[in-house]
Amino acid sequence: MSAILTVSGVNKSFGGLKALNDVNLQVEEGTIHAIIGPNGAGKSTFLNALIGRLIPDSGTASFQGQSLIGQAPQAINQMGVSRVFQTPEIFGELTLLENVMIPALAHADGAFKANWWTSLRDRKAVREVAERELHDVGLKEKMNVVADNLSRGDKRRLELAMCLSQDPKLLLLDEPTAGMSRADTNEIIEVLKTIHAKGMTKVIIEHDMHVVFSLASRISCMAQGHVIDEGNPEEIRNSPKVREAYLGDEADEH
Amino acid sequence: MRKRDYFLLFIFAAVMLSMPIWGPFIDAGYPDIMQRFAVFGLIAVGFNLLFGLTGYLSFGHAAFLGIGSYTAVWCFKLFTMDVIPAIIASTIMGGLVALILGFVALRRSGIYFSILTLAFAQMMYSLAYSVLTPLTNGETGLQLALGDARVLDRALGTNPESGLPSTSFLGFGVSNQGMTGYWICAIVAIIGFYIALRITRSSFGIMLRGIKSNQTRMSYTGLAARPYLITVFVISGMYAGLAGGLLASVDPLAGAERMYWTASGEIVLMTILGGVGTMFGPILGAGIIKWLEAKLSTFNESVVEQAMAFLPDSIEHSFAVVASKFVGEGWHLSLGVIFMLIVIFLPGGVMEGLQRLVGLFGFGKTKKQGADTSTPAE
Repeated sequence: MSAILTVSGVNKSFGGLKALNDVNLQVEEGTIHAIIGPNGAGKSTFLNALIGRLIPDSGTASFQGQSLIGQAPQAINQMGVSRVFQTPEIFGELTLLENVMIPALAHADGAFKANWWTSLRDRKAVREVAERELHDVGLKEKMNVVADNLSRGDKRRLELAMCLSQDPKLLLLDEPTAGMSRADTNEIIEVLKTIHAKGMTKVIIEHDMHVVFSLASRISCMAQGHVIDEGNPEEIRNSPKVREAYLGDEADEH
Repeated sequence: MRKRDYFLLFIFAAVMLSMPIWGPFIDAGYPDIMQRFAVFGLIAVGFNLLFGLTGYLSFGHAAFLGIGSYTAVWCFKLFTMDVIPAIIASTIMGGLVALILGFVALRRSGIYFSILTLAFAQMMYSLAYSVLTPLTNGETGLQLALGDARVLDRALGTNPESGLPSTSFLGFGVSNQGMTGYWICAIVAIIGFYIALRITRSSFGIMLRGIKSNQTRMSYTGLAARPYLITVFVISGMYAGLAGGLLASVDPLAGAERMYWTASGEIVLMTILGGVGTMFGPILGAGIIKWLEAKLSTFNESVVEQAMAFLPDSIEHSFAVVASKFVGEGWHLSLGVIFMLIVIFLPGGVMEGLQRLVGLFGFGKTKKQGADTSTPAE
């Protein structure tokens, strides 16, 4: 096993607030790596630094030997990094099929291609990819519905299908099951497990411990912008540091 | 392109080519107004590619129109009176200038983009009106002259012995006589419509709609929005330049007022009035505005009083006084009222009104079933 993503010494401050404080992380190829931690621990900020949404003050992040720092978002995506956002970022006015065809076309054609003569309907290979991914997340029947009309849970599934259609090497998921019913959550877990069989590496931010422990083979716990502990699920479950920072808080409340 | 798209193209071609037949019924059977329907329909189609698909509202499209006209007239003066080189040159010039403006203005989006394009168009207007007088002949406008070079015509011996020549299309007179000018405009408009339809249905077109819908998602999906925007801006500028070239071909003069900001605003009005993002809407809007301009602006008080003759004398006069403000030179007042009514009650423009009408007359049920399987924006 080799590391697909290596992050070392990443810092980011917003004014006086140190959002990321010397973050170090290694993600092994083909694994599901979960990042847990209390609210405000810097998990989403960390993902933002990886996909080019913000540039860290210092530190390095390399994906398969290429640096991610300072690259444009589209360049990072073209390297094979896709992200599911906490609030679904979809094309609200377009149909589900069109929603998935756009990323699939981006994967097939690159960042820019002025192919303004070939009809979208004639891009059969791309259409098949899009339909397959919609089928995988259970939205095939709704593929001609306008995306704004979907429920929140369905929008998340749609965004997942959009990312999967690009066949990314690294998939970043920011709370993919937040606000979903237990049944929907289990369905997403199943989808994520199936695509795991294809060997796609995933980094998943999640609050739901049920999701984390049923998926992740490796877990990092963040608190106050720093990775405080890392290990396999069993180690994290028994880690006193994690208990104190995160699980412990919950225990105190009840 | 599906069968339905070819059907759209067929309808448009049929409407354009049969205009000399149905035109007289709306008192628009003469070449001058029919040419304007075709030319402004064409510029509205090009404008709609930018505004309808990407949502970027340009307030400077009249600049490309004017530049196209100046280019065409210079082409007539320097080389030949044939319209083919002129409209090709004006299309290319429209695209070149759009490339320069797009490179600068597309660094911003939303209202800032609109203001940048507006400022650019006003700069172009000032240049044409005063600064570049040697090139544009200032406020008089650029016209043909007896002493023009017309290198090609003289070499081929087609230059007239005396008097000003008229533009021609492979030997057929265009600007001096009846219908040739209209047929050229109509054919070019149909070709323009076909190209716009292909762009709208292509993978390039879906990217533009993606940019309108969610630009954040576009960039995290690995797509560079800016080259897409610049490309469509150039295409849209080429449509406007071509339209300017056609205007100069049917009437070989070019003036700065064609680039004034109200002219840009009129293109925006046409598109919104007809229906943004629809294939037919902008053309319909262009037709309605050009028709109203031609009709209402020629009415005067006596016409209004005749129309109101059925009313009792006492109120007839006061009605006529009020109504007469809305015609003649004040026809923009009527346009303003119509525009406000449309935007308030039919935000989707005249096309939305037509769709509702179709729904009312009972085609609604079959349409709705079909609606699920079709794309929302036609």
